[in-house]
Amino acid sequence: MPGFSLKNITRRIKPIIVKEFRQVRRDRVSLFILLLLPTFLMLVIGYALNFDVKHITLAVYDNDRSSASREFIRGFGNSGYFDMAGYARSNREIDAMLESGVARAAIVIPADFSKNLLADRDVAVQVVMDGTNSNTATSALGYINTIIQTYSAGIRAKFMARKGIEMYVPIDLRPKVWYNPELASAKFLIPGFIGFILMLSAVVSTALSVVREKEQGTMEQLAVSPLETMEILIGKTVPYLIIALISSALVLLMGFFLFNVGVRGELAWLYVGIVVFLLAALGQGLLISSFARTQQVAFMMAILSSVLPTFLLSGLVFPIRSMPWLLQMLSNITPTKFFIVVIRGVMLKGLGPEAFWRELLYMLIFAIVTLAIAARKIMAQRMAA
Amino acid sequence: MRIIYHLIVKELKQLMRDKRMRFLALAAPMIQLAVLGYAATTDVKSVPMVVCDGDRSSASRDFVSRFTNSGYFAVEDTVDSPNEIDRHIERGNAWLALVIPPSFSADVLARRTVKVQLIADGSDANSSNIAIGYATQIVNNYSQEILLEMLEKTPMASKPARVIPRVRVWYNESLTSRNFMVPGVVVLVLMIVTLTLTSMAVVREKEIGTMEQLLVTPIKPYQLILGKLIPYTLVGMVDVTFVLVISAYWFNVPIRGSVFLIYGMSCLFILNTLGIGLFISTIAQTQQQAMMIAQFGFFIPFMYFSGFIFPIENMPHAFQYVTYLIPLRYFLEIIRNIFLKGAGMDTLWPDALGLVVLGVTVLSVAILRFNKKLG
Repeated sequence: MPGFSLKNITRRIKPIIVKEFRQVRRDRVSLFILLLLPTFLMLVIGYALNFDVKHITLAVYDNDRSSASREFIRGFGNSGYFDMAGYARSNREIDAMLESGVARAAIVIPADFSKNLLADRDVAVQVVMDGTNSNTATSALGYINTIIQTYSAGIRAKFMARKGIEMYVPIDLRPKVWYNPELASAKFLIPGFIGFILMLSAVVSTALSVVREKEQGTMEQLAVSPLETMEILIGKTVPYLIIALISSALVLLMGFFLFNVGVRGELAWLYVGIVVFLLAALGQGLLISSFARTQQVAFMMAILSSVLPTFLLSGLVFPIRSMPWLLQMLSNITPTKFFIVVIRGVMLKGLGPEAFWRELLYMLIFAIVTLAIAARKIMAQRMAA
Repeated sequence: MRIIYHLIVKELKQLMRDKRMRFLALAAPMIQLAVLGYAATTDVKSVPMVVCDGDRSSASRDFVSRFTNSGYFAVEDTVDSPNEIDRHIERGNAWLALVIPPSFSADVLARRTVKVQLIADGSDANSSNIAIGYATQIVNNYSQEILLEMLEKTPMASKPARVIPRVRVWYNESLTSRNFMVPGVVVLVLMIVTLTLTSMAVVREKEIGTMEQLLVTPIKPYQLILGKLIPYTLVGMVDVTFVLVISAYWFNVPIRGSVFLIYGMSCLFILNTLGIGLFISTIAQTQQQAMMIAQFGFFIPFMYFSGFIFPIENMPHAFQYVTYLIPLRYFLEIIRNIFLKGAGMDTLWPDALGLVVLGVTVLSVAILRFNKKLG
């Protein structure tokens, strides 16, 4: 068949790509959004977001008011994790401060605090924690426990010195963090965010492409033209693939220069990953476009199938391991999950394809399946039109 | 009134005629909440760990069992040499590695300090941070036990005093992140449904050319706007009902405050999303542009900067002021406080005021632009 020679195909696809490119170029708003908004968003995200739990507001109700209790309280201020929200004079004030959100945590020191400690008797200190945000509350409770343990260790050291027993630390735990020694949130978030942005740009630019033609009635025009369905698909995806590649280069450069997140592994493998992932994302977009009848429906499907799963199910923020089994299975529907393994592997760990070929293969299969179903659907619709 | 009524009926009919739209507007939010309510958890449980136990004594095994018994760690594998750890951490099979030196039990017996190494995969900074915190506490407790045991062996009249924390957690007693996240997902789903529908509602008429038809009829602009906004408010309210039922009866998230207050506040919030949607409708030329503006200009910034996951207190100080422009910020605060703290208007009014001010502003700007476009 002469129509299937490579030269023939390129000769015929080129005009569609050019047409689609022209349409994008004429549409300044879309071009601006696709190229610059992702970079801008990443700038703000890298700058503003982190998981560090600091500035926990703490209320104190000191019934003892001794030098010992003041020293105990100082331990919290000095740790750098707590901001003093104020000193309460009654339990009711403590309650009010927690209810209004002025304080997230409170400490109540009993009246016999110093007296008991002097007499070598244990003292119970009440800790009240606002558990609304369980993530920060868990970390904050950890800090409080450590500060109190340190205080107790100080008492013990003095006691042992008094009795003439030598003091030592039995187990000295040396944590060593790989890949991201300072545990910077930016290093963790930026590679994942690149995946998030690429997914959204790809789905946004293709989800409406076919359905728009259906809604505006230009599908009939395409139907009478001699183009193969595959050629239409390629024509519709290549311009956006190129735009997304440029935008990902911008985001990578910014991550490197502004947030010091470099690429430890091979840049070439990173781009292999990006291209395969983009094909999968474009496939998902076209699939949506081929199923929806109106652009409103396509938009809704795009948001519900790309934004939320990519944000919540991909391991971008929430660890997949902590999810229930069924959901861990379900998380496989989003290719971003696999891309994040690849990009974190290359960027942070400096790994090569031997570590993530399975993920690459999965994304490739995902791309082929979605594109094939979309092509079949669109072919059927062209026949009908 | 009759005109508005007919417009509402027309819009609802149009919305519900499409089988897929019906599903997306009504059923999808419930499915989303059901799935995402499980997904959105920051709990760190059974962290996969590899152990390189150079000692293999009963003391070192006891030490390792402190980790596994805590419920926070699960031993994925035990390796013989520290070099084998790399493979596990690179692959992500393990997030933590514990290296126990061969002299462990001998040192503990001889009252010498033992250096135990903990290797953490920092590529997931949040989970690693929490896991290191747990590990530190376990080791501290173990150290303390050794010291106390030693003291018990030395004859003495008294023991050193300890300060013992008695912890009480309020509002979310079990510290489950689901109780914090599910109300947030409710808010997110409501935003997505109302904003997607309205942002395209007007552009669609422009794009398919029915706008001209509407303009030649004696319908006044305000009637047209109400006819567009009321149906989507109704859909939003139905969605609120669905997601509330799922939160309460499926996820057992406590709703301690007034359900009526939730509906009232949802109305204030929908005022904002409809305003934004209408505004997008007036600047976008095509539905595709509307979608891009909605997604990159509103959805993503709102999700990241509203306090949905990342606490606003942790953001740089100057940036915290920017978050006051995000209606989601107020609504999240309101919904979480109603759900978990049972808060009422006496504490919520500042956030409610924020919603009203933002909502009225954005809606007036949108209506002004809309009128100008029509004129």
